[in-house]
Amino acid sequence: MFNPQILNMIGWGILETLYMTLISTIMAYLFGLPLGIALVVTDQGGIYPMKHLNTVLGTIINLLRSVPFLILLILVFPITQFVTGTTIGPNATVVPLVIGAAPFIARLVESSLKEVDKGIIEAAESMGASPIKIIYKVMIPEARPSLIIGSAIAVTTILSYSAMAGIVAGGGLGDIAIRYGLYRYQTDIMLVTVIMLVIIVQVLQEIGMRLAKIGDKRK
Amino acid sequence: MDGENTIIKIENLTKTFMGAQGEFAALDSVNLEIKQGEIFGVIGMSGAGKSTLVRCINFLEKPTQGTVYFNGKDISLCTKKELYALRRSMGMIFQQFNLLMQSSVLNNVCFPLTIAGVDKSTARGRAKELLSMVGISEKADAYPSQLSGGQSQRVAIARALATNPQVLLCDEATSALDPATTRGVLALLKDINKRLGITIVVITHEMRVIQEICDRVAIMDDSKIAEVGFVKDIFTKPKTKAARRLILPEDRPMGGMPGKRCCRIVFDGNSTYEPILAGMILDFRMPVSILFADMENIEGKAFGQMIIQLPENEEVADKMIEYLHLKGLTAEEVFGYV
Ligand SMILES: Nc1ncnc2c1ncn2[C@@H]1O[C@H](COP(=O)(O)OP(=O)(O)O)[C@@H](O)[C@H]1O
Ligand SMILES: [Mg+2]
Repeated sequence: MFNPQILNMIGWGILETLYMTLISTIMAYLFGLPLGIALVVTDQGGIYPMKHLNTVLGTIINLLRSVPFLILLILVFPITQFVTGTTIGPNATVVPLVIGAAPFIARLVESSLKEVDKGIIEAAESMGASPIKIIYKVMIPEARPSLIIGSAIAVTTILSYSAMAGIVAGGGLGDIAIRYGLYRYQTDIMLVTVIMLVIIVQVLQEIGMRLAKIGDKRK
Repeated sequence: MDGENTIIKIENLTKTFMGAQGEFAALDSVNLEIKQGEIFGVIGMSGAGKSTLVRCINFLEKPTQGTVYFNGKDISLCTKKELYALRRSMGMIFQQFNLLMQSSVLNNVCFPLTIAGVDKSTARGRAKELLSMVGISEKADAYPSQLSGGQSQRVAIARALATNPQVLLCDEATSALDPATTRGVLALLKDINKRLGITIVVITHEMRVIQEICDRVAIMDDSKIAEVGFVKDIFTKPKTKAARRLILPEDRPMGGMPGKRCCRIVFDGNSTYEPILAGMILDFRMPVSILFADMENIEGKAFGQMIIQLPENEEVADKMIEYLHLKGLTAEEVFGYV
């Protein structure tokens, strides 16, 4: 049953999943990181309060986050079509993954940065540091361990989202699981892909936790 | 004192916050002048507005009303850039040290220099100098989590001095430290003041700190300045209730007999206390009990205060107070101490 053809397919599935996850995570951070920083900085007690901008950003993020990913996947078909020229396959899946994950990442980044001791930020202000310098010389370095843990959470969440894209033939392990498990009742193949997903999640999570610990100087 | 050597002048400073029950003034028409080179103390109970006051000096908090002058310049007229530069000429240290936890000690001290645009190797050189000045060169490569409170505050002091400030603002800098460590840090501050001529503003709720290093002190009470003057004067003759409350020891001693009369004796450096007290006991042939003593030997002179319980005999008690006055001591009866 596990003939070379199927093994080959699962191997490709793993690569596609990793590809989608990695590209989507990087691109989602491209949007989510600045957004998260903006949320903290423009907050009422932040280093550059901007009440209205903060409210607008917060609302957009909440709106996007309240749409279930499966629905978002279909909702953004026109955008996906426009950007990638198709709505199936791993490249197409990257688009909804980025749109779905960026607001989630923004919230993760926000909560990491908010953990930074207010006193440390105040000390930096007392030394004449500008808001920009406080962001990249104080807030981000001080929040580094927490940001890394957050990125491990982000990566694993994006991975599970990417599996959901299987329902619209989005490529990767999720796609295989749905095609064989759901449509052809080949539960053994589905089981293998699920086990693969579990292993990948575990490994990524573990790497994140270790990296966070190595970088942390608070004992 | 003429206005010429005033480094910080605070005029009619008011700061209000929006609280749960509406507007609340944390500072109410505060006026102060801090002289170049002095160690100026601000003492008050928790919530009196001390931190708000010091934060208004470097504009971490923007005054609601009034003006703060630094070297004669109205700070509110500064552009953003000028304000950043101005803050570099006013170092600040805090109760919780506020060191960068993910940076080494050396990099913590380099931090204000790098953000001021100093190149890395110059900054490292200067940071090493400062670390040796505060006496913790050997910790340069350690991280703040590996330091004791006293060591952390020394790093914070080195960091605050990195940009060669003219003023050092200390907000409860020793309040998280034990008495012995406090002493060391205060001695360091005093040394910095003497050697570098840096004006120091000390915010505290502890009279000991004021006594130990300050030249002049302002008593803050309920968002206002109750009294300003030389430490010696305020300590021996507090005029306001707020001042008395801060000076009188808080920890009620054990062993006092309720209802008996007590007397507070102030030593301001003109005498040693033992001969006088011993002489008094010998003269009157009556014992007195010492309920509280907080004495300090500064440069061979006795500073501090003592509270004694007077004998029950009213006449003897009155005479004893008189005796102390004759000896040139400030002695006054305190009520409700025990
Ligand atoms: N940012 C703020 N917002 C609202 N109230 C504040 C703020 N900062 C200080 N206060 C209030 O102002 C008063 C004085 O505070 P503070 O200056 O910290 O006192 P102190 O340092 O003497 O203990 C307190 O009642 C405090 O609750
Ligand atoms: Mg305070």
